[in-house]
Amino acid sequence: MPPGLVRELEKLLGDGSVLFKPEDLLLYEYDGSIEKGRPDVVVFSQSTEDVSRIVKLAAKYNVPVVGRGAGTGLSGGALARTGGVMIVFARMNRILEVDDENQRAVVQPGVVNYDLTRAAEPHGLYFAPDPSSWKSCTIGGNVAENAGGPHTLAYGVTTNHVTALELVLPDGETVRVGSKHGDAPGYDLSGLFVGSEGTLALVTEITVKLSRKPEAVKTLLAIFDSVDDAADTVVDITARAITPAACEMLDGWTLRTIEDYIHAGFPLDSAAVLLIEVEGLTEAVAAQTAAVTEVCNAHQAREVRVACDDAERELIWKGRKNAFGALGRLAPSNYVLDGVIPRSKLPQTLRRIQQIGEQYGFQIGNIFHAGDGNLHPIVLYDPRDSAQFERALKAASEIIRYCVEVGGALTGEHGVGMEKSELMPLLFSDADFELMRRVHDAFNPDSSLNPGKIFPLNKGCGEIRVRKQPALPTSAS
Amino acid sequence: MIKASTNLAPSLEAILGASRVVSDAAACSNYAVDKIIPTVVARPASAEQVAEIVRFAALEKLAVIPCGSRTKLGIGMPPARYDIALDLTAINQIAHYDPGDLTLGVDAGTPLAQLNAVLFEHHQFLPLLVPFYSLSTIGGTVASGLHSPLQQFYGTARDFLIGAEFVTGTGALTKSGGRVVKNVTGYDLHKLLIGSLGTLAVITRLNFRTFPAPIAGSRGFVASFPTQEGALALRRKIMESRLTPLTLDVLSPALAQIFTTQTSATPEVSAFGRENRSTNPASLPPIGDWFRPREWQLCAAFAGPPEVMDRYTRDLIRYAGESRAASTAFLDDTTRPSVWGRLRESLSLLLEASPATAIFKLSVLPAQHAALLANLQEIASCASLPHALVARARGTIYFALLPPSANDETTARLANAATQIFDSVSASGGHATLLFAPLALKHLLFVLDGFAETRVNIRGSSRSDLPLMRRLKSAFDPQNILAPGRFV
Repeated sequence: MPPGLVRELEKLLGDGSVLFKPEDLLLYEYDGSIEKGRPDVVVFSQSTEDVSRIVKLAAKYNVPVVGRGAGTGLSGGALARTGGVMIVFARMNRILEVDDENQRAVVQPGVVNYDLTRAAEPHGLYFAPDPSSWKSCTIGGNVAENAGGPHTLAYGVTTNHVTALELVLPDGETVRVGSKHGDAPGYDLSGLFVGSEGTLALVTEITVKLSRKPEAVKTLLAIFDSVDDAADTVVDITARAITPAACEMLDGWTLRTIEDYIHAGFPLDSAAVLLIEVEGLTEAVAAQTAAVTEVCNAHQAREVRVACDDAERELIWKGRKNAFGALGRLAPSNYVLDGVIPRSKLPQTLRRIQQIGEQYGFQIGNIFHAGDGNLHPIVLYDPRDSAQFERALKAASEIIRYCVEVGGALTGEHGVGMEKSELMPLLFSDADFELMRRVHDAFNPDSSLNPGKIFPLNKGCGEIRVRKQPALPTSAS
Repeated sequence: MIKASTNLAPSLEAILGASRVVSDAAACSNYAVDKIIPTVVARPASAEQVAEIVRFAALEKLAVIPCGSRTKLGIGMPPARYDIALDLTAINQIAHYDPGDLTLGVDAGTPLAQLNAVLFEHHQFLPLLVPFYSLSTIGGTVASGLHSPLQQFYGTARDFLIGAEFVTGTGALTKSGGRVVKNVTGYDLHKLLIGSLGTLAVITRLNFRTFPAPIAGSRGFVASFPTQEGALALRRKIMESRLTPLTLDVLSPALAQIFTTQTSATPEVSAFGRENRSTNPASLPPIGDWFRPREWQLCAAFAGPPEVMDRYTRDLIRYAGESRAASTAFLDDTTRPSVWGRLRESLSLLLEASPATAIFKLSVLPAQHAALLANLQEIASCASLPHALVARARGTIYFALLPPSANDETTARLANAATQIFDSVSASGGHATLLFAPLALKHLLFVLDGFAETRVNIRGSSRSDLPLMRRLKSAFDPQNILAPGRFV
């Protein structure tokens, strides 16, 4: 780490905005994933100009730059894989505009997802993407990872809600792409940028669409004695032209764990539950509730409960959204996978995950967005047991490989990041990589922004690899 | 430049076989883009053949323009060079369709109408009801970036295109995305192909999310108004309500007039070689007497079970009353197609309505529509140019200038008006593209506002992201052989 860089950053931003002591950096070597990567210096930008100047300074010292929101990511996207400067956007958290007639908001990247929805609420509007971490994750992070959430089944993921961006390129230049309207002439640069995991540019301002809140919402909890019946129900709901706002599944083992902790009213002896939400006009919701109930019953649902009021509805969702926390009580650490499959392959994939778990000696829980085939198997492990950790990684790789085999993809909403870069060759050819690399280089020619993400480092070994982290140079205790 | 004109046809024949290459003048002229005629037409049978042709073209530095049924090749600037027309209509299979997953993979040359016919068998569809519908291929539809009136509810292609296979300017057969509806594996390169006019890559296959077709049928609603303000007020009321109509368009009286007078909606398109396709397959059913063409119209479509349809009916009548509509009508399955077919075909009807139609696509936020529409009509009136427009609630406006004759004087007036329109739209915070225009007009201005390299565009301003777009173009097509000059 060039000593002059820290001095210059402090001069630029003030000492309260620059962290470089090992104990201060410790917090920033993690995100929500199993990966680690420690920056050499962490800075807090206040404005687009700050970001541009920081990037120029880093370029002068030939040091990489990584952007970070709340650090809730699950693939290592916001980690400094090769050290360098980490720009934390937490202080760029102003909502610049809520335009109710045009249903748009303009925000800085550090705005928390939930805070935007709260700001839009008085206008009868909300921001549709709702990842489980919505109370802490930032819109900037959502943009980088193209975040999803339970309600993206009907309303789409982040990319469907972003119309314009202000970007800072690796040379410090500021560029605006897209338009507030969302249909600017020319190539869809916003569409390319969303989900590019911070490897093309840093985002400093975001224009998003706001959605109108539905008139009525009904949340159903369908209880099944067999996982296959629950999975078949999901396939059949789609086949009958019903598009629920959300369709989530929890397997029996997982829901018992959650129930123990949250007391959401999940039945302890069931094999799986579906959490289905329908939204829209009162009349449409009534019709869809009846139709969904009919499909559940046709697949031997033991019971279909309809939440009577907001309190009941929130309790059901609390169970879903706090599931990972509940599982944390069972093991020192858990590894949340993210795979995506064609939803008609749900039953066979769930059986295969079960087998893989048995083979490697893990109880694998399943909580996932069943409606769009986005799986989140959870492997509980003890990170201090390195042999067990290795087995967890092998089991995870095998599950993701199976997703690809049945026509799916490596990741539905968490991103490739560091976690899955070595799996990329399962889906992409040399020609595909060459084009992706050329597009990368059109923005980020020296790989100075977020290096070591998305692209395989080792020609793709086809395994999830976690780099051993060197010990801290000084004691952090 | 190495121009292997004499050897071009034999070289391509060596790749494709003689039956897939045509170089006689008459056939080639059918593939002209802005009156520029290619040396040879190639009709590959597979994506691998497309890649071979592009590799050959890259080696010889020959310009290639991909096409489907050639209904929308007029969009964009005249090509800087044009050697090979790459006709993709022989690559036309549905590669995979999984109704249970609501996903589809389809070859670029597949006719859109034929594709939707297959989907309809499973009560599904692709909400791309674009102009020239009965002729368009899926690849051409995506490459031209035209929207459907259904964008109100379903969004545009960028919302449901989930993956693609394509051949880049180096001749590499490449892909992005996948076959699943939710996917963040790698860059979303396929989104760049939408509206790219063949400048980045030759699309060979597209993967989509499909949608359930409204099972219980749909209904139409038309309200007419003496003024634009009434129609826009009703539109705003609907947008701020809890109703979610499938389409929501405001039409000017002149467009309504064209709806009642024009019955065909398919310009003549010559087909490849000896194949003959009916030039006018889509005659639209006549429109009923209830349609009041001298007024502003608001048209909406909605769908659902009977109780939902009743709710729409009740609310729309109430909102129309509050907005002082002069008349309202609800359309059922027999009357609806007459209006909806015309709404879909608005652009093709406008092209037929004048010998020198100029159609602008304006992307402007809905709150700015009232002021902008007044400005646009003022500009057209000052230039003594008849005009017509449709304004979609999500913000896309199609504004057409319809001079009664085509000559130099008309072109000069169009150019003058176009410049003012670009300025007016820009001042309202929006973006303007001259989507269809007489060639003479394209020689005077750059059709994408903000993209001009020089001051051929009288405004001469340029977007800050233009250099990025140029870099992307180079990443995909380093030798600039794909549709050069048409775009960036």
